[in-house]
Amino acid sequence: MGIKGMKYEEFKDNESLELLRESGTNVLLTTIDDVINWGRKSSLWPLTFATSCCGIEMMMTGAPRHDFSRFGMEVYRASPRQADVIVVAGTIVNKMAPVLKRLYDQMSEPKYVVAMGACAISGGPFFLNSYSVIKGVEHVIPVDVYVPGCPPRPEALLYGMLQLQRMIETETIHSRRERVAKNNSK
Amino acid sequence: MEENIKEIVVGEQEDYVINMGPQHPSTHGVLRLVVTLKGEIVKNVEPHIGYIHRGIEKMCESITYPQIIHLTDRMDYLSASINNESVCLAVEKALEVDIPDRIKVIRTIFSELTRIQSHQLFWASYGMDMGGQTCFFYGLRDRERILDIFEETTGGRMLISYNCPGGLMYDIHPNFQKRVKDFIKYFRKVLPEYDAILTGNVIFTSRTKGIGHLSLEDAISYGVTGPSGRASGFSCDVRKHEPYSAYDRVKFNEVLYTEGDTFHRYLARIEEMRESMNIIEQLIDNIPEGPYAVKMKPIIKLPEGEYFQRVETSRGELDTFVISDGNKNPYRIKFRTPCFVNLGVLNHITRDFKIADLIAIAGSLDLVIPDIDR
Ligand code: SF4
Repeated sequence: MGIKGMKYEEFKDNESLELLRESGTNVLLTTIDDVINWGRKSSLWPLTFATSCCGIEMMMTGAPRHDFSRFGMEVYRASPRQADVIVVAGTIVNKMAPVLKRLYDQMSEPKYVVAMGACAISGGPFFLNSYSVIKGVEHVIPVDVYVPGCPPRPEALLYGMLQLQRMIETETIHSRRERVAKNNSK
Repeated sequence: MEENIKEIVVGEQEDYVINMGPQHPSTHGVLRLVVTLKGEIVKNVEPHIGYIHRGIEKMCESITYPQIIHLTDRMDYLSASINNESVCLAVEKALEVDIPDRIKVIRTIFSELTRIQSHQLFWASYGMDMGGQTCFFYGLRDRERILDIFEETTGGRMLISYNCPGGLMYDIHPNFQKRVKDFIKYFRKVLPEYDAILTGNVIFTSRTKGIGHLSLEDAISYGVTGPSGRASGFSCDVRKHEPYSAYDRVKFNEVLYTEGDTFHRYLARIEEMRESMNIIEQLIDNIPEGPYAVKMKPIIKLPEGEYFQRVETSRGELDTFVISDGNKNPYRIKFRTPCFVNLGVLNHITRDFKIADLIAIAGSLDLVIPDIDR
């Protein structure tokens, strides 16, 4: 079922749907968009990037029981150049932030960011009192999907990744360009 | 001809410095190693730490003792339960609380389950470092079973925060004993598979045997503890030498080897899983009746003084040192974490080996980076 066949109230990201309605009226381009988006969402390759505890749960998501590869994401890439999505799994501290930014910059467009765990969202257990933890990874790089938990269950990460796939489904050439421009201006 | 080749060898004249990490798949986190090479031979390894320094020790000074439990969980997240135990024991020692047997036994069972799942993850990721993807699947498949047991009783999968000063957070689930027994029966059956895949594997043994040798003297002088130290013959098991909780009432062997190479550090962990199962089997059938927690004051204040507690985590000896000035939060708390100390020996044991062996040797120390940086 295509994204437009879905009931309006069932869709979680209605802003993107509105954007799609506004810009995606062209018959030819929407078909191309559909094909591109289908390819893109079915082969999201994450970067092997884990700083702490959440990384273990990310590994467990790739392990037999939860099996990332059902959704085309099992190919963990060690090089940012080959990765589509960076799952920020774990705490980011001041010393690590420039490295994270550089990794993000090295990834090729289109690139997506999933903030996994309380630490990546807001600093989590280290929000108060800690002098070295970045209070949320969105201060460093733009985030697309937040997955709460400390650590999030593998199911939660899977759900987050499926949301990301949905988000990609709604993209058009136009909206993607806008997104890149917005992220680069940050 | 010989001479011609000699002239064009790269790096013959000068050392070649390469940077490994902080984002590197086989440093298991964000460890950064600056490696000095002469050709392909490692001359010096300089670890740079602090990429995940979260200031846990400093944070502990501004929170209360029951709150500290949740931070120690996140230090060495693969031995979360054992880390908690060390703080709890230190607090209980300071307050001179008598802990009922039931709590002691349950704590010990949880510690050993934690140790098994940690070594399973080590086995899985070490196998993957060595190029065997199957290990990753087998190891994590079995680890899920332990996480299920944790989840049933505590509600958490990995960072369970189950111990608290004075006992446990909640009682064990009615299914607990049966599930643990089922797991042990299952795991005794699959552990030989582990040996068949990796321990007896020709490629694996030839990559690990005889490299990264650590002698007994060096292990002692560097303070390498845990399975890494015991592979060199350093008898350092706190569970044996200074028993805490219920370790004084169980029989188990301290896994000791004398070779001290990478392969035996690996082997020590596999054998420890067997010993852990022995310990659990002795305890699981006779968990005494009684309360699961001692009633503590709502606000725990330690009397003025210094308190010290040693425990054996899955990576080595964890020491907790608390200085209290009589307030509800510690004046200073210091963790002597095993990974930080074990990392110190890396330069010593990788020198004069090939760069490809660096991964094998560093992996065999089983480092957890947040445990180094805290
Ligand atoms: S959110 Fe929790 S589990 Fe995840 S990295 Fe932070 S402390 Fe660890």
